[in-house]
Amino acid sequence: MAEIVSLADAVAAAISDGDAVAMEGFTHLIPFAAGHEVIRQGRRDLTLIRMTPDVIYDQLIGAGCASKLIFSWGGNPGVGSLHRFRDAVENGWPGPLRLEEHSHAGMANRYVAGAAGVPFAVLRGYRGTGLEGLAGLDGHPAVKPITCPFTGETLTAVAALTPDVTVIHAQRADRAGNVQLWGITGVQKEAVLSARRAVVTVEEIVPELCPQPGAIVLPGWAVDYVAEAPGGAHPSYALGYSQRDNDFYVAWDAISREREIFLRWLETDVLVPTGPVRAGEGGPGS
Amino acid sequence: MSTQGTAVTGNSAVTADEMMTACAARALRDGMTCFVGIGLPSVAANLARATHAPGLVLIYESGTIGAKPGSLPLSIGDGVLAETADAVVSVPEIFNYWLQSGRIDVGFLGAAQLDRFGNINTTVIGPSCAGPKVRLPGAGGAPEIAASCREVIVVARQSPRSFVDRVDFVTSVGYGEGPGHRERLGLTGAGPRKVITDLGILEPDPQTCELTLTGVFPGVKVADVEAKTGWDLAVSGSLDVLPPPSEAELTALRALQATIPAQERAA
Repeated sequence: MAEIVSLADAVAAAISDGDAVAMEGFTHLIPFAAGHEVIRQGRRDLTLIRMTPDVIYDQLIGAGCASKLIFSWGGNPGVGSLHRFRDAVENGWPGPLRLEEHSHAGMANRYVAGAAGVPFAVLRGYRGTGLEGLAGLDGHPAVKPITCPFTGETLTAVAALTPDVTVIHAQRADRAGNVQLWGITGVQKEAVLSARRAVVTVEEIVPELCPQPGAIVLPGWAVDYVAEAPGGAHPSYALGYSQRDNDFYVAWDAISREREIFLRWLETDVLVPTGPVRAGEGGPGS
Repeated sequence: MSTQGTAVTGNSAVTADEMMTACAARALRDGMTCFVGIGLPSVAANLARATHAPGLVLIYESGTIGAKPGSLPLSIGDGVLAETADAVVSVPEIFNYWLQSGRIDVGFLGAAQLDRFGNINTTVIGPSCAGPKVRLPGAGGAPEIAASCREVIVVARQSPRSFVDRVDFVTSVGYGEGPGHRERLGLTGAGPRKVITDLGILEPDPQTCELTLTGVFPGVKVADVEAKTGWDLAVSGSLDVLPPPSEAELTALRALQATIPAQERAA
């Protein structure tokens, strides 16, 4: 049954050094506040899992929280490179980062298998690409050809993802910890159900969840910790509560390009207890 | 070409990106379903929807089906896409039920590196995955878009470093090693039918599958294209000169670009 706790308590209870942690949210509902709390609590040696590492993992990687990354697309959407991610991979700063790259379809299906409690999922994909047969982080491929037992056709099997912890952000929860999210819901349901522990931050905790078109409800008993974190998706957004702060994504390019500027940003905007800046205040050196 | 190229008077003001975007937009027909990546493909798809293809169905990998953004999104998951979509589905659903099953007519892809058989590298530049010279963003949705859309259009600026004889890493398969390779791999879509660059159009030779120059933009010489291609480029015997954007296309394109805030355009 979900416990309703503070964000700091949720992160302290759910995430330990060395854990495999998935923070999902496909452009929408990215759990930035939780990511910043992980940085403040100084977690190390995490295996980060996420389809699109996005600015949130650029921050965690630059802050030295991660040693491994399982992902499918590591760019700043519509802007360019993730400089902290590239610095870690190309120059080993602040430490080496080992990678396991998949396609989006592969990652999505790996979560589906994890959520369904089966060891792998099957898809048409990877065939003929360099990604097929690449050694994963454990030294074994997470992608292998498989023969259909009915037609004899060769398809692709992808190993299930089973993170130690999944963290997502949602619009609302009720006092029993039932969680409601809507809009672009990405792969969050599968990521939560594939994980051993789940943490959900929400815009608000309400007495009762009202029906919303297209909403997903995760029952409180499928979640471990719920923490209120209004604005906790910024610079991503929560449909119905906030807009994507595209200016911040653009500004991130300059903040993250040089180590010194990034470290200053980390000091002033994350490590101080006041938490993340709001929209329009995120310029370099601000 | 579906649009008559009413040349804009004194079109020196037309940029190479505008030529590319208009050319890419013309490759889309009304009523098609189109899997759209961010950047130039998204601009082109929205230009087509604003001009000759109002019934074009835009599908973004965030799970938004039939998005009708009034302003250009910065990411594939901007709120405007969800708010204007016919349906918003999960990411496993968009890839499994809609893309993999063969329901999408055309996929639009970019390429950091592309070879003579239209294979695409968006993973690493340099010899090894373990210690790459340049780490690129990675696969994203591209491998399955390249595999499963009925056809693929690639949009990329040409240079000898990006248009290479062999890609350093095959992230997404074009025609693999040549004729018959897609079929042997079980890839259901036809593969890249057009590569639209800042100089013109390359299309696969029906026999060899090798990308062949079939059209150039006005003022571009074959030698210019050859100089920016890292392999011995085949040139079609009936080379088209591609019409520049019409007044209407240019007006619509510039109106779309104007919906992007200045700081995003600078990025």
